[in-house]
Amino acid sequence: MAPPDFRRPFKRAAVSDQQRRRELTLERQAQSRHDAQQRVRNLASTIISLQSQEPDDADVVLEPYLEESEAPPKELDIRRASRMRGEQVRNWFARQLMLPEWMIDIPDNLSQDWYVFARPAGKRCFVVASNGTTVSRQRNGSILHCFPSALPNGAKTREPSGPAHSYSILDCIFHEGDQTYYVIDMVCWGGCSYYDCPADFRFYWLNSKLEESGASGPPSYYHKYRFSAVTHEKGLPAAYTDATPYVKDGLLFYNKHAHYQSGNTPLALVWKDVKCSQYVLDTDSTGQVPDQQQVVLELQEDGNLITSDDPPIIFARLNSEFIQQLGLHSGNFVRCAINDGGLSFVEGKLEKADLKYIGKCSRGRAFADSYSKVVFQHMARHSPLTYDDLLVAANKAPSDVEMAG
Amino acid sequence: MAMEVTQLLLNAQSIDGSVRKQAEDSLKQFQEHNLPAFLFSLSGELANEDKPADSRKLAGLILKNALDAKEQHRKFELVQRWLMLDATVKSQIKAGLLKTLSSPVPDARSTAAQVIAKVAGIELPQKQWSELIGSLLSNVHQLPPHVKQSTLETLGYLCEEVSPDAVEQDHVNKILTVVVQGMSSSEGNNDVRLAAIRALYNALGFAQANFSNDMERDYIMRVVCEAALSKEEKNRQAAFECLVSIASMYYEKLTPYMNDIFTITAKAVREDVESVALQAIEFWSSICDEEIDILEEYGGDFTGDSDVQCSYFVKQALNVLVPILLETLLKQEEDQDQDEGAWNIAMAGGTCLGLVARAVGDDIVPLVMPFIEENITKPDWRQREAATYAFGSILEGPSPDKLTPIVNVALNFMLSALTKDPNTHVKDTTAWTLGRIFEFLHGSTMDAPIITPGNCQQIVTVLLQSMTDVPNVAGKACGALYFLAQGYEDVGPSSPLTPYFQEIVQALLTATHREDAGECRLRTAAYETLNEVVRCSTDETATLVLQLVPVIMLELHNTLEGQKLSSDEREKQGELQGLLCGCLQVIIQKLGASEQTKYGFMQFADQIMGLFLRVFACKSATVHEEAMLAIGSLAYACGPEFAKYMPEFYKYLEMGLQNFEEYQVCSVTVGVVGDICRALENKVLPYCDGIMTQLLKDLSSNQLHRSVKPPIFSCLGDIALATGQDFEKYLMYAMPMLQSAAELSAHTAGADDEMIDYTNSLRNGILEAYSGILQGFKNSTKIQLLIPYAPHILQFLDSIYMEKDMDDLVMRTAIGVLGDLADTLGSNAGTMIQNSLSSRDFLNECLSSEDGSIKESAEWTKLAITRAISA
Repeated sequence: MAPPDFRRPFKRAAVSDQQRRRELTLERQAQSRHDAQQRVRNLASTIISLQSQEPDDADVVLEPYLEESEAPPKELDIRRASRMRGEQVRNWFARQLMLPEWMIDIPDNLSQDWYVFARPAGKRCFVVASNGTTVSRQRNGSILHCFPSALPNGAKTREPSGPAHSYSILDCIFHEGDQTYYVIDMVCWGGCSYYDCPADFRFYWLNSKLEESGASGPPSYYHKYRFSAVTHEKGLPAAYTDATPYVKDGLLFYNKHAHYQSGNTPLALVWKDVKCSQYVLDTDSTGQVPDQQQVVLELQEDGNLITSDDPPIIFARLNSEFIQQLGLHSGNFVRCAINDGGLSFVEGKLEKADLKYIGKCSRGRAFADSYSKVVFQHMARHSPLTYDDLLVAANKAPSDVEMAG
Repeated sequence: MAMEVTQLLLNAQSIDGSVRKQAEDSLKQFQEHNLPAFLFSLSGELANEDKPADSRKLAGLILKNALDAKEQHRKFELVQRWLMLDATVKSQIKAGLLKTLSSPVPDARSTAAQVIAKVAGIELPQKQWSELIGSLLSNVHQLPPHVKQSTLETLGYLCEEVSPDAVEQDHVNKILTVVVQGMSSSEGNNDVRLAAIRALYNALGFAQANFSNDMERDYIMRVVCEAALSKEEKNRQAAFECLVSIASMYYEKLTPYMNDIFTITAKAVREDVESVALQAIEFWSSICDEEIDILEEYGGDFTGDSDVQCSYFVKQALNVLVPILLETLLKQEEDQDQDEGAWNIAMAGGTCLGLVARAVGDDIVPLVMPFIEENITKPDWRQREAATYAFGSILEGPSPDKLTPIVNVALNFMLSALTKDPNTHVKDTTAWTLGRIFEFLHGSTMDAPIITPGNCQQIVTVLLQSMTDVPNVAGKACGALYFLAQGYEDVGPSSPLTPYFQEIVQALLTATHREDAGECRLRTAAYETLNEVVRCSTDETATLVLQLVPVIMLELHNTLEGQKLSSDEREKQGELQGLLCGCLQVIIQKLGASEQTKYGFMQFADQIMGLFLRVFACKSATVHEEAMLAIGSLAYACGPEFAKYMPEFYKYLEMGLQNFEEYQVCSVTVGVVGDICRALENKVLPYCDGIMTQLLKDLSSNQLHRSVKPPIFSCLGDIALATGQDFEKYLMYAMPMLQSAAELSAHTAGADDEMIDYTNSLRNGILEAYSGILQGFKNSTKIQLLIPYAPHILQFLDSIYMEKDMDDLVMRTAIGVLGDLADTLGSNAGTMIQNSLSSRDFLNECLSSEDGSIKESAEWTKLAITRAISA
C-alpha cells in the first residue's frame, strides 16, 4: 500500500537537493536584481543632485564618454557614468566639495540656526570608500591617499561590510600632525546619498555611522587612518577657546538647515583671526605675506576678470591689446595685487577695485578666488570682524518676534 | 454504425497490438470527423443492455475522457467543445447516461456515474442541467438497491467534480440527508451502505453549514463512528477515511467527539486489519498536522481574534496515544528499506510519532525514553530497530535543552551500532537517526555543541565506512554527512571538516562509482552530499574544490561518449548528467563568489560551457534544466566575458523559453535570461528581439503554468535595465501587457491564501518590470515615451495600497517604483505624483515600516519625489 502523497517519504529528508539548488539560484537572482536596481538608484541620487546644481560641470564630466558612445550630446547616462575612470573621475570630484564663503558679515540668528566648530588645519579632501578601497582626493581632484579603512566597503576584508557596489563619500580634512582624517561632513554612506538632507541630520547620522562602522577606532591592518568627527555643536566660546586634538585653522559656521551643495555656498562660512589660525592673511607663491593683498581671478573671453562665484563678480577688465601682449587666454587664472586705491563699496556691493597685474598663476591652480575671500582678506588688513563682534551676535536673543506695527 | 462502434471498442481492447492500433485510429478518426455523432453513439453503447460489458465500459471511459483532461488548457478546450454541442444531442446523451444508472451491469452503472459527474462539473456552474440533482434524489427512493447504490455513487462523484458554490444549500441538505441515511446501520444492503460512506467522503466539503448546526453535526458524526465499527472491512476503511478528512476540514468542531474517536481509533490501530489501522493512524497524523499549523501560525499565543484555536487533542491523548504508536513500530516488514513505495503500519506509526513530537515538544521525551532503553539492546532486530526509529522520530519538536544530554549519551552507541549491528534494517535506521541528530541538534545556533574536537574524527570515519555498506545504508550515511556538513555552513574562516575534506570527497566519488549505486538513490544521495560539502566549505579548501572541477568535468564528458543508447540507458544517462551539472553548478557558485577563487576557476570556463552545450544536444528534460541552472551560475561568474558563448548558446536559451510542458525548465531559463542581462548589460541587445518575442508569447499563452509568469515580468525589467533606452522598440508590446496584468492583479477580493500569494508574486514581477524600464530610460532623451504610462502606474500603486494585502516584498518593490517614477520623469510627473495616494499615505506607512529594506527604499523615494517636485 502506498503512503498518502503528502506524507514525507519514509526516512527521507524534507527537501530535495535539486529543489534547494533551484531555491538558492532564485535567491541569488533576486538579490542580484535588487542590487542592480539599488545601484542605479544610489548613483542617481548622487549624480542627479550634482547635475541639477552644476549643470555645466556635469556636461564637462561626461564629454569623454559622449565621444565614445553614439548617444546624443548633453545626455547623462548613469550606467556609463558609473564606470568613469581616471581623468574623468578627477575632474568630477574636483567640483563636488562644498566650499564655505568667507564671513564678511554676521548672519542673523547666529545662535539659533548655525553650528560653529574649530576647523582642523590640513588638506581638505573628499574620502571615497567603495569596492574594497578608500581613496582621498584633494580639492583639485588629485589623490592624496589610497588605503584600506573600516568605512563600508573601504577594505578588502573577508566579510563584506556592505552591498558590493555601494560607496561612501565623506568631506574631510587630513591633519598631518596626528595622521587623522577629521570628518566635517557626510555626503554618502553605504550607498545612500545625504546631499538632500539638512546639516543637522547629516551630522547626527555621521556621528552614529562613524561609530557603528569602527572607522573612528585606532588604525589597524584593515584600517590605516583614524577617522574622527569634529564636534559640531559646542557653541562659539568653546569652539574658539577649547583645546582640540588638532591644530586649529579658523572657525567654520554651518547653517543647520542647509543641504550639502557643491561649490561656493553662503550657508557655510569660514572666519579666522590670529588667535585661532596661523594663516589669517594669504601668503604669496613664496610663502610670505605680501605687503599688498593679492587676488587670483579668472580671465574671460571678453577680458573681464572674475571671481569663482556663481554668478561671478567682475573685478576689472583687461583690454585685448594687453591680453595679447601678455599671451593670455580665456580661462587663465591671473594674480593681481590690490593697490592703495583698495576696494570701494556702495551699499554693500563692490563698486571699484584698484588692481595691479602681477602675472599668470601656475598650472596646478583650479579655481579663482571667491568674492567673499577677497573681501575677507581686505577686511582683515583694514577693519577685521572680531571675535567680540561674533560673541555679541551669538549671545543675541533670536529675533523671532517681528513687529508688524 | 452502432454495430461498427461495438466492434471497434472491442478491438481497441484486443491483445493483438496491430488490431488495437487500427481500432484506436478509427475511433480517433470518428471523433475528429463528427464529434456529436461520436459522443452520441458512445452514450448509446453504454446504455445498451444488449452490448457486451467490455465495450460498454470502454465507451463510457472514452466519453469521460472527451470531457476532461489533466492539462488545464486541454480541459478548457474540451469544456468549450461540450458547451457548444447541439442541445438536443446533449440531452439525448444525458438521458442515456441517467438510464444506465439502472443497468444490472455494475461496470456500466459505475462508468455512467463518473460520466454524469463530469457533465455536471461542466454544466452546473453554467446553471444548466438544473433538474439533475432532483432526479438523482428521487432515484434514491426507488426500490432496486443497485439503483440506489449507483445513484449514491453518482452523488459522491458529483460532489468531487462540482465546486460547492455551484450547488444551492437546499440541494446540499437533501444530498447529505440521503447520503447519511444510506450510511446508517438501518440500511440493509451493504453495497448501498458502502456507496453512501464513500459519497459522504466527497460530500464533506459541501457540509459547512451542516457542521455548524449542532444537531446535524451530531447526527453525521454518530453515523460515521457507527460505520467505523461496521462488520465489513471496506465500510470501516471508508468510514475512517471520512474521519481523516473531517479531522482536517472540521478540526475546530471535534471536541465533543474526541473521546469516542479516540476509543475507536485506538482499537483499530491495535486490532484491525492493516488497511483500516493505517487510516486510524492517519487520523492522528492529520490532527497533528492541524495542531502544528495552528501553533506555528500563532506561536501558541492566543488572542481572541485568531481564526482557529488549538484544542491540544494530541497533548490530552498523549499518555495513551504514544504507547499505541510505539507498539506499531515493532510491526516492520522484511525488506521495507529496499522498497521505495513501501508503506505499512510501522512506517505510518513512526511517521505519526514524529508528528506528535512536533505537536507537543518536550512532553513526548519521557514517554518514549523507557521504550528506547528497554529495546535498544534486545537480541531481536525488530526491537532494536523500533527503539532506534522511535529515537530518530522524536528529534524534531522537543527543545535542544531537553534532547542534547540524551544525544550526548546516545551518540557513541549509535556510531558503534552503525558499524557493528548485524542487521541491515537497524543500521539503516541508525544512519537515518544520526542524520536527524545532525539536522536538528548540530549547527551554529546551538548553545551546546554535540560534535566536539573529541568525536568529530570518529563520526567522519564511521560515516565514510558506512558508505561501503549495502546501498540503502550507504545512502543514509551520505544523508547524515549532508547534515553534518550543513551544520558547519556559517562556521567562519575555519571548518572542523577541513582536515577530512579530501577524504570525504574521495569516499563520495567512490560511492557514485559503485556498481549498485543505482539502488536506493545511493548515487543521487552521494552527489547531493558532495554538493553540500562544497557549499559549506571554507576558503581553506578552495584549492581542493578547484581540483574537483576537472574531475567532475571528466565524469560529464564520459556520459557524452555513449552511442546508440536504448531508451532505458538514455534515461539513466540523463539522470547522471543532471547530477553532474548540478554538482558543477554548486562548484561554480562557490568559486565564483570571491575574486581570488574565481580567477582560478575561469581557466575551465570555456571547456565547461562546451560540455553544457553538448549536454543540451542530448536533449532530456531534467538535464536541460540542470544544465540551464548551471549556465546561469556561469554567466553570473563570467560577467561580460559570457558574451562569447552567446552565439552558440542562444538557440538552447530560446528552446528553454519555448518549453511549455516542462514549466520548470521554462522558469529556470527565464531566470538565466536575467543572469545574462546583468552579465552582458547592453551587449545582450542583439539577442533581445528573439528573447522578447518568446517572453511575450509565453505571457499570452494559457498553456504555460501560471507560476512562470511572475518571473517573466521581472525578466522584462532585467532586459530593460540592461538595454536602457534601446528598450524603446519593445515598449508598445510590453506596456499593454503589463497594464492588463496589473489590472488583473490589483484586486484579490474573495481569493484564498494561495491565490493572494500568487497575486502578490505577480504584482512583484510587474513592479520589477516597471522599475527596470523606468531606470533604464533614466536621463535619456526619450523619457517622454514613458509619460503616457505614468498615470496607470500610479493608479496601480494606489489600488494595491488600498487593497491592504501586499506582502513585504511587494511593498518594498512598489515604493521603489514610485521613486523610480519620480526620479526618471522628474517634473513631468511631479504634480501627478503629489496628487497620488501612494505619495502620501503609502509612503508614510513605508517610512515608518519596521522592515529595514522597505524603509530604505521609502527614504530614497522620498528624496526622489522632493527632487521631482522642486525641479
